[in-house]
Amino acid sequence: MNNTDLHHLGVAQLAALLRGKQVSAVEAAQHFLARARAHQNLGAFLAIDEDVTLAQARAQDEAIAAGRAAPLAGLPIAHKDVFVTRDFPTTASSRMLAGYRSPFDATVVTRLAEAGCVTLGKLSCDEFAMGASNENAAVAPVGFDAPQPARNPWNLAHVPGGSSGGSAAAVAARLVPAATGTDTGGSIRQPASFCGITGIKPTYGRASRYGMIAFASSLDQAGPMARSAEDCALLLSQICGPDPERDSTSLDHPGEDFTRSLQDSIAGLRIGVPAEFFSDGLQADVRATVESALQEYEKLGARLVPISLPRTELSVPVYYILAPAEASSNLSRFDGVRYGHRAAAYTDLLDMYKKTRAEGFGDEVKRRIMIGTYVLSEGYYDAYYLQAQIIRRMIADDFQAAFQQCDLIAGPVAPTVAPQLGAQTDPVTSYLADIYTLPASLAGLPGMSVPAGFGAGGLPVGLQLIGNYFQEGRLLNAAHRLQQATDFHLQAPRGI
Amino acid sequence: MTAFNIPFPRPHPLMALTPQDIGRIAHLARLELSPAESERMLTQLNGFFSIVDRMQAVDTSGIAPLPHPIAAIQSVQLRLADDVASEANQREANQQSAPAVERGLYLVPKVIE
Repeated sequence: MNNTDLHHLGVAQLAALLRGKQVSAVEAAQHFLARARAHQNLGAFLAIDEDVTLAQARAQDEAIAAGRAAPLAGLPIAHKDVFVTRDFPTTASSRMLAGYRSPFDATVVTRLAEAGCVTLGKLSCDEFAMGASNENAAVAPVGFDAPQPARNPWNLAHVPGGSSGGSAAAVAARLVPAATGTDTGGSIRQPASFCGITGIKPTYGRASRYGMIAFASSLDQAGPMARSAEDCALLLSQICGPDPERDSTSLDHPGEDFTRSLQDSIAGLRIGVPAEFFSDGLQADVRATVESALQEYEKLGARLVPISLPRTELSVPVYYILAPAEASSNLSRFDGVRYGHRAAAYTDLLDMYKKTRAEGFGDEVKRRIMIGTYVLSEGYYDAYYLQAQIIRRMIADDFQAAFQQCDLIAGPVAPTVAPQLGAQTDPVTSYLADIYTLPASLAGLPGMSVPAGFGAGGLPVGLQLIGNYFQEGRLLNAAHRLQQATDFHLQAPRGI
Repeated sequence: MTAFNIPFPRPHPLMALTPQDIGRIAHLARLELSPAESERMLTQLNGFFSIVDRMQAVDTSGIAPLPHPIAAIQSVQLRLADDVASEANQREANQQSAPAVERGLYLVPKVIE
């Protein structure tokens, strides 16, 4: 094996080489660290610590030599900066947490470390995972003096998407074989679509939220982002599983080896195509790319079934009531007392809270805290929060009605390809662009983005697949089958 | 501080927010907003609530809210932890990122005269 090509290998291939001692964990870590440094203009990493990474890699090499290799022994990975880590700083891309060091690791981080993964560093995202472009990042990436959004490796003038934009950019540029992301309203699926990679959000409650800095607790889920469905299956198998002691909403549902069903036949698979996902707002290039992917599925023996998700449009206001409401509560912990930023000058305790939070939070975070505080305030709760929770059930019920007619649902992830940096200035317009990812988030269903081709400007387009509860295996199977018939997931941005 | 003492107005939820509302909400949220920020916030929040209004037209009578998504298909019971100390004392580790600590205590501005 020529070590200069390691970054073109998928998770499965690289893990096999590592376990077969053809490449050492230290060599792999050094290779990817060198790539992260060489491509730091992408702004993907917020923290790198060579000493920590190499110490983890040496420990994996020792385990491999001793015949105790874990399934992913020595596999380099990087984490979205909303997962707290003992060995690296954690900022959630916010000034509020500049210099913060967690005393513990998130469960997802622990589980992947126990599976043998070596942490390369922490990845940029929108502040507190609130945003869809990575432009709300408020922390300077490695190699920069000032905050910068991560860039889309397919065109540096375009956004990588968000909120897991650094994760998507790093995977697309082959700076890491795989990364973790989190998805509250589409934050794994949309950047995966914009950067031409594969990402999956499991059923709500299958991945532990312990140590994931909370944004909207009834929606937040962790998931892997990698180049192929097979790679995602390997990682998701390690990530999922009950965490009853640490996460009160973790489901008592056993872990699973998602690679087992990858090769299953999809002949006769019924793929539901919701009419509401192909409305006027969908750009022609994305529509054409998604439709060609659907035709590919027909060639593979699947059957397309027209379905309706009648409350798709309502998912935007419902989500943007519920998520900010939960965020306003979760973010009340940032008070300048127990951790993070504190204003330098203030008159009293109340003034300290107000100035600290005014300085520590960026504009989008403040907007959502304001919306959330308002809709939960006395006299408004029933009209907004309660009404949204009720419509949330109606949206979930619509999915159950649809799954009477189909095995999984397919459509676009986003109405457009990745916009140019700075192009989106109106918050409401950007909220509306989340329309295709929000319904599955509200219903807590597993969803993924699979590379489906290229649209305007040669930028990637993802196909969204949505499964019923606990049907991650079927989603990954359908995605894997598509990837055996197409090569979109293997294509690399120019210069990579 | 003035917004603090104004009795809460209770207009119909669908009425546009006023500058006074922004002051009241910012106080509840413990956020200091500059006049320019408040003005921008007012415009943006009213823009946002214009897309929320379509929610109000939905007939939701007889339908229960959905707090945990999986409750759509199965009953979900939140677990109660046993009332025992399960964590070791990690005061130093927990306070390592605090802005001001003295003798193991978090320091805040004086609250009792």
